[in-house]
Amino acid sequence: MSLATDAPVSPALAAYPGVEGRLFRAGGREDLAAYRAAGGYADVADLERLLDEVDEAGVRGRGGAAFPIATKIRTVRGGRGVPVAVANGEEGEPASVKDRWLLRTRPHLVLDGLRLASLMVGADEVHVYVSDPEAAASVTAGLAELRGAGVWDAEVTVTVVEPTYVAGEETAAVQAIDGGPALPTDKPPRPFEAGVRGRPTLVSNVETLAHLPLVQRLGSTGYRGLGTVASPGTFLLTLSGCAATGLYEVPFGVTLTELLTWLGEDPAQVDGVLMGGYFSGVLGRQVLDVPLEYDAVKALHSGLGCGAVGVLAAGTCPVTVSAAVMAYFARENAGQCGSCFNGTAAMSAVLDALRDSRAEAEDVQRLTDWSVRLRGRGACGTLDGATNVAAALLREFPDAVGAHLDGTCATCAAADEQPVPRVPFAVALPTAA
Amino acid sequence: MKIKLDRTKCDGFGFCAKYAPETFDLDEWGYVSLVGAGNVAPEHEDGVRRALLDCPVHAITELHPAGEVDAGR
Repeated sequence: MSLATDAPVSPALAAYPGVEGRLFRAGGREDLAAYRAAGGYADVADLERLLDEVDEAGVRGRGGAAFPIATKIRTVRGGRGVPVAVANGEEGEPASVKDRWLLRTRPHLVLDGLRLASLMVGADEVHVYVSDPEAAASVTAGLAELRGAGVWDAEVTVTVVEPTYVAGEETAAVQAIDGGPALPTDKPPRPFEAGVRGRPTLVSNVETLAHLPLVQRLGSTGYRGLGTVASPGTFLLTLSGCAATGLYEVPFGVTLTELLTWLGEDPAQVDGVLMGGYFSGVLGRQVLDVPLEYDAVKALHSGLGCGAVGVLAAGTCPVTVSAAVMAYFARENAGQCGSCFNGTAAMSAVLDALRDSRAEAEDVQRLTDWSVRLRGRGACGTLDGATNVAAALLREFPDAVGAHLDGTCATCAAADEQPVPRVPFAVALPTAA
Repeated sequence: MKIKLDRTKCDGFGFCAKYAPETFDLDEWGYVSLVGAGNVAPEHEDGVRRALLDCPVHAITELHPAGEVDAGR
């Protein structure tokens, strides 16, 4: 069980039945020749038509915010100044590996998407922003392959930063590309208004970009052949916390019961999940039969986020998991906004005390108040993620919270309790030999 | 009048909430967030301007009508 160890777990890789020819590709790194042989870097006859197709395909951002990419492209294109395009592959989320996998394994799918995005937005400056050294090497090699190949001659700058939780935030990407620290800045302005060197900037998650060549190839109708009406297509789901820990390409709308059953896991042995990576907090068993698509998960007061799902196997205490995630936020926040570094520390102290059955009812009341009042008080989303973690635990597992107040948590007292590591549900890709 | 607040600069001096409590809201540790989106009602402009000038870390900036921040940004 991944939760029993502090070492990151290398995931399995697969596509859900019925998903073919999209993001997932078996084997090692796909080079330029292989990507072109599969139809990559196709000519664009009509950029406006392509943008309309992307709009009609309903592609939404895969970095966590789920914002429609066509709307973002149109907004940036209409901004003041010549636009800049940025592929954001800095994956600070501990429970997700999808962006690194894409960049390491399918660099040309991402670069092709970046090509299409930069053409549609009218960018004359293009960047790739990453932290994983192997992802950076893969992209750099991909750009070298492109040189002189006659398919895309834009100068693309690769910016590599140290991996941190906050470095993947879009304003951190802009600040780092501008030569500053990879730390978020306060809004306004947002990058679409004034990003790299003050120019309107399209910052897109690399998985989002990887969907654009699929729309070009499949057309909006073909793209919508999988997924749901409001969440069309497929997404990369990082599953952890169970024997089937892995990276899976699944169509939107699949349920966790279906996914776990396909993977040979017993859904009856699942008490809930940590949803959306560290951003959305825990959910109880009712999530198992809910379609995994943006609106249905949002209706549970949660979020699909970057598509990372940590399984709370039977014997895993949600209080202990939430305390570990909150402690991560208290350690890994940017240390910039007072409400965030104080708020995460305070909420972490209460959750640690609750985990150890040292907390009083007044402490839980303070946690409840903070989970509401601190929302929106940080420059980036870290504090909102922390308030989500607190609110979700209180909403989804009131009995476990009560048991910890009373010192009667049967899960924590049981001999087969799953130990929770310092960074729960952390996953990693194997490094090249 | 429209302003922006840079919460990464705020050191919690709290002058802003003293001069313009309807615009600046402090958390329990004394760190500020804006009430609303930074659009200041005419009757609150004097207090907000004093907050802007007195903020020791210059966390408050007036935005021009076109949305641009002051040149000193």
